[in-house]
Amino acid sequence: MYRYDEFDHAFVKARVEEFTDQVQRRLSGELTEDEFKPLRLMNGVYLQLHAYMLRIAIPYGTLSPRQLRKLAHIARTYDKGYGHFTTRQNLQFHWPKLTDIPRILEELAEVEMHAIQTSGNCIRNVTADHFAGAAADEVADPRPYAEILRQWSSLHPEFTYLPRKFKIAVTGAERDRAAIEVHDIGLHLKKNADGELGFAVFVGGGLGRTPMIAKKIRDFLPEEDLLSYVTAILRVYNLNGRRDNKYKARIKILVHETGTEELKAAVETEFAALRESELKLPEADIRAIEAYFAPPRLKARPEGDAVVAGAVQKSPAFARWVARNATTHRNPDYACVTVSLKGIGEVPGDASDDQMDAIADIAERYGNDEIRVSHEQNLILPHVARADLPAVHAALVEIGLATANAGLVTDIIACPGLDYCALANARSIPVAQEISQRFASPERQEAIGDLQIKISGCINACGHHHVGHIGILGVEKKGAELYQVTLGGSAREGSTIGEIIGRGFGPDEIAGAVETIVETYLSHREGQEETFFAAYRRLGVAPFKEALYGHEARAA
Amino acid sequence: MKILAANRLTDGETVWLGAGDCWVESIDAAHVARDKEDEERLLAVGKGGLASNQVIDVTLVDIETVEGRIHPLRLRERIRAGGPSIHPDLGKQARLNARSAA
Ligand code: SF4
Repeated sequence: MYRYDEFDHAFVKARVEEFTDQVQRRLSGELTEDEFKPLRLMNGVYLQLHAYMLRIAIPYGTLSPRQLRKLAHIARTYDKGYGHFTTRQNLQFHWPKLTDIPRILEELAEVEMHAIQTSGNCIRNVTADHFAGAAADEVADPRPYAEILRQWSSLHPEFTYLPRKFKIAVTGAERDRAAIEVHDIGLHLKKNADGELGFAVFVGGGLGRTPMIAKKIRDFLPEEDLLSYVTAILRVYNLNGRRDNKYKARIKILVHETGTEELKAAVETEFAALRESELKLPEADIRAIEAYFAPPRLKARPEGDAVVAGAVQKSPAFARWVARNATTHRNPDYACVTVSLKGIGEVPGDASDDQMDAIADIAERYGNDEIRVSHEQNLILPHVARADLPAVHAALVEIGLATANAGLVTDIIACPGLDYCALANARSIPVAQEISQRFASPERQEAIGDLQIKISGCINACGHHHVGHIGILGVEKKGAELYQVTLGGSAREGSTIGEIIGRGFGPDEIAGAVETIVETYLSHREGQEETFFAAYRRLGVAPFKEALYGHEARAA
Repeated sequence: MKILAANRLTDGETVWLGAGDCWVESIDAAHVARDKEDEERLLAVGKGGLASNQVIDVTLVDIETVEGRIHPLRLRERIRAGGPSIHPDLGKQARLNARSAA
């Protein structure tokens, strides 16, 4: 993975010193809260309901065991023994003291981490496919480009005060696991007919108050033009994006109001002027960054198939886990393992200090020293020999993280919601917990098959509810929580925004409503191969509406 | 009826303005303003707390009293007064539980 060079080290160190000084001046009263707030936000420090929150960047979701151990150490020493992995592949601590934050940032810098650009109207942490560099269906590893974007965007003077925050996601595979079409810029790394690398460029996607699917404005952008083109997009946005209304300030609104063709023309004009500038990426530079992401040397482990087959025979629990949580690796002796942070009834995305330490150990012992954070709030061990899967499973069982539910109905995305978040209207986590408990039976989950439930505690949509097969949005109505349900969303290639199905449900009704929806799917599907999403596409909203509200309509 | 809520600058802990204009960690000890005049006074003291860098995010919170205890009208403020509903072992509620168990 990428290692800081001298420049990176000096840059992060200087930033820690600067913020330490700012915190001290705040504590001494030299800075007022009005002066300090923008500064703390530039360093990932928010204020939530019970305490401050520190959001730490995990660039493109890649972590080393050493870094994960450091996060465990921080959780144990300065926080309350756990951390929360987010849909942006970041980690949040929910209880740090302001007085401890300088020390925490110093500790993070020791392992080449920081909290810069995890907040504010700047280019945020660049996200990527969590199976990058390992997936069988990948053209090339997208992370070198994410790293190039990270370096270019770090404290970029021109793009530090954008109209609003700006999120970029990159994937290198046909199957979009990075939700690129719901980002401000989505980059799909691919090869042209001549075998050269480049990107399909999507722009103007986003969730929140006005959800929009991104528009493709370039089918193939040569890799050397990456920075010129992205700069062109940001210039057009920075100049024309609305600053008069926070809710209309994202680039999706600009794309929508300008029209895709016109916006594309503006970007191309800007790009034409920039193309032959210093932003053109020299081939040697791209390959040098790429070298940091060279795949680990994976030993031949041909015994994998026999070992897995034997273990499957012996243990139904292992069999289920392998079937759901091991994904095809490009090397047939290996697999990508999803470590589910969605144990039945647990808090989605939370991991304790001890669990983080244990996963770091497992990654060292069996995982070629790599860990990923997925936007689905799970951890990934991207390179595990199939022959080691039984040992990895056993180690995960010991720490309670062997739940065999990747992609199933209990693998729920949920934002922190009203249990922590100052912006929330309703709780998300208890809803996830109750749904998870209702569908706890592994047999039932398996029978239901692929199904993504995503929950947000307010319209900001951190829980990506618009693109859940079943999406749940918490709102506040007359002082009480109410949950609105959308159906048929997807964040995969050809993303769709879910449709609101009808009146909302109270906290005591929402899990039951989800169960009704799932039962309706089961009774209408054409067979086990027809997934919930496919069935919804075929059936439309009608049978679900009838099942949920039919009796009300008849009673009226 | 209203009380004045804020977060302590140094650690973000939720606090309320209590008797003698001290910031208190338990909502039970918050001073209840029963009229506009008292509310204005709370806000003025809160502003002072902001200016003297004791607290941030000072807001008035609507409450009622239930069996003599302060009960915020909004769930948000009730969760703020206790801690995450999913973690009875964390936050103020944990301290209260520990105290009542002792
Ligand atoms: S969706 Fe709303 S409630 Fe949930 S974390 Fe984001 S801002 Fe908070």
